[in-house]
Amino acid sequence: MTDVTRTSSSRASLPLHIPVWSDANWIVRIALLVGLALIVVALAAPLIAPFDPNAQSLISRLRPPVGFERYKDGFYFGTDELGRDILSRCIYGLRLTFALALAGSVIGLLIGGTLGLLAGIAGGVFEDFIMGMVDTQIAIPFTLIALLILAVMGSSLDVMILVLGVYGWEQYARIVRAEVRKLMQMPFVEAALAAGATPSRIAFRHILPNVVSPIVVQFTLNFSNIVILESTLSFLGLGVQPPTATLGSMVGIGRDYLPTAPWIVLVPAGAILLLTFAVQILGDWLRDKADVRLRSR
Amino acid sequence: MLIYVLRTLAKMAITLVVIVTLVFFATRLSGNPIDFVLGDGITLEDRELLIAYYGLDASIGTQYWRYLVSVFSGEFGLSFLERRPVSQIVLERAWPSLKLLLSAIGFTLIVSVPLGILAAIYRTSIIGSVVMVIAFLGYAVPAFIIGILLVLIFGYTLNWLPVIGDGSALHFIMPTLAISGMLVAAITRFTRNAMLDVLSQDYMRTARAKGLPEWIVILKHGLRNASITLLSVIGLQIAGLAASGSVVVEAIFAWPGIGDLLVRSAILRDYPVLQFGVLSVAIVVIVINATVDIAYAYADPRIRLAKG
Repeated sequence: MTDVTRTSSSRASLPLHIPVWSDANWIVRIALLVGLALIVVALAAPLIAPFDPNAQSLISRLRPPVGFERYKDGFYFGTDELGRDILSRCIYGLRLTFALALAGSVIGLLIGGTLGLLAGIAGGVFEDFIMGMVDTQIAIPFTLIALLILAVMGSSLDVMILVLGVYGWEQYARIVRAEVRKLMQMPFVEAALAAGATPSRIAFRHILPNVVSPIVVQFTLNFSNIVILESTLSFLGLGVQPPTATLGSMVGIGRDYLPTAPWIVLVPAGAILLLTFAVQILGDWLRDKADVRLRSR
Repeated sequence: MLIYVLRTLAKMAITLVVIVTLVFFATRLSGNPIDFVLGDGITLEDRELLIAYYGLDASIGTQYWRYLVSVFSGEFGLSFLERRPVSQIVLERAWPSLKLLLSAIGFTLIVSVPLGILAAIYRTSIIGSVVMVIAFLGYAVPAFIIGILLVLIFGYTLNWLPVIGDGSALHFIMPTLAISGMLVAAITRFTRNAMLDVLSQDYMRTARAKGLPEWIVILKHGLRNASITLLSVIGLQIAGLAASGSVVVEAIFAWPGIGDLLVRSAILRDYPVLQFGVLSVAIVVIVINATVDIAYAYADPRIRLAKG
C-alpha cells in the first residue's frame, strides 16, 4: 500500500536519512548532549546566569574560581578585572556567539544556496559567472576580507553579522550547484519537465527537497568555522565591542591578566572549545551518515 | 598545456582585478576617509583643502581610475599614521612574516606527513584512530587559543620561552606551533587520504610480491605516487590557511610581520596601509595558487586534458 503511494508520486522520496540516537557511538552521544546543553544554556541565559554580566564590583575584582584561595562566594568561575562574574559573562557570551553564528550561517546559506540553485538550473553564462565568483572567493583568504570590512564599516553587531554572513557562501553555492546539476539528469526531473512543470515548480518541489541533506551537513561544518571566525575577530578587538561579552572578546581582554588571573581566559576558552568540538563532531557524523561527498578539509 | 596555462592565468587576472576593485570600493563605502583621519580641531577650509589634495572631490569613476593607475604604477600612498610610503612599511615586515611562515610550514610537513602515513597504514588499529581524532579535533581549535595556552604554560608558568618579538630562535617556537595547529590537522588528513588511495593499488602488491622491504614499498612506491596529489593540495591549502593563521598569531606574539600590521592598521583605521597589506597578501596567495595549479597540471596530464 505504502509502496504504491510512493511510486505513484512523481517526486523522489526525501533522501534525508536523519540519524538516530542508537546509530551514534559514545563520542557522538557526548557531543550531542554537550551541544544540546549549550543550546539550552544559551536560550535560557537570563534565567540561569547568577549575576548581571555587566555588573561591576570593584571590591570583588580578580577573584579566582571556587576551590582556590580568595574565592568569593557565589562567583563559581571567579571574577574579571572589573569584578564581573565570569560565569554570567560566559553564559551571555555563549548566547551572543550562538546568535551571531546562527545568523551568519543562515545568511551564508541563503546567499550561497540561492546562487547555487539558480546557477545549476539556469546553466550557461549565468552559471559560469557564479562559479567564477565562487573560484575568486575561494582564492582570497577570508580573514583579509573580514579585516577590511570591519576596519571600514566599524565594529558593530550589524557589521559582524554581515561579515559572518558573507563567510562560507561559496561552499554552499558549490555544493548546491553540483547537486542540482546531478539531479537535473535524473529521470524524475525529466518526467516533471515532460508533464509541463514550470522551472520554479521543478526548483522548489523536485530539486530543493533533494539537496536538503548535503546542505544540513555543510551547515553544521560551516557553523563551527563561523564560531572560530567570530571568536578570532572578537579576540583581536575587531568584533563585538565592550562591555558586551562574546567568548572570543573575553579571551582577548583577559589576555592582559594572564600571568595573575588565568581563569579570566581559561573559562571562556574552554567554552569555545566545547562548542567547536561538539559541532565539529556532529558535523562529521552527519556527513558520514548522509554519505555526502564534500571536499574534506 | 598552453591552453590550460592561459586559462589559469586568465582566472588569476580576474581574481586580481576583483580583489583590487573590492579593496577600493570597500574603503570608499564608509564615506569620506578624511573624516576618520582628522580630529575635531580642523577648520572647514583646511578640510576642503585636504579633500581636494587627495582628489576626493572627483567622481567615483575618476577616483577609481586614478586608483588603478597608481596601483599599476606601484604607488600606494602614505600611511596616515607614520607618514611614510606604505609599500616601504609593508616590505619591512615581509621578511619576518616569511620566516615565520617557512618555519610553520616546515614544522607542519615534518609532523603531519609521517602522521598521515601512519594513520593510513594502521587505519584499522588504535594508532590510526588516535592520529585521526587528534587531527580532527585540531581543526576545531582556533589558533588564538593554542597561542594563549602556549603563552600561559611556556611563557608565564614555566618561564621557558620568550613571549614577544622575533629576536632569537626561541622566539619562533610558540608562534610556529600556534600557526601550525590547524595546518597539521588539515595536512595529516590529506596525507592519509592520498596514501589510502595509493595503498590499495596493484603496483603496491607487485612491489611486495617482489620481496621488497615494507618501508621501501611504503616510501618509494607509496609516498612517491601520493606526493603529486599531496603537493598540489598542500600548495592550494597552505597559502590561504597560513595567511589567516598568521594574522592572529602575529598579533598575539607582537611578531613584527604583515599579519600584526594588518590587525593594527584595521584597529587604527590606517586605510592606506590596510589596503596595500590586504592587496599584497591576497596577490601572493593568488599567485601561489595559480603556480601550484599549473605545476600540478604539468605533472599530471589527466588534469590538463580534463579542464583544458
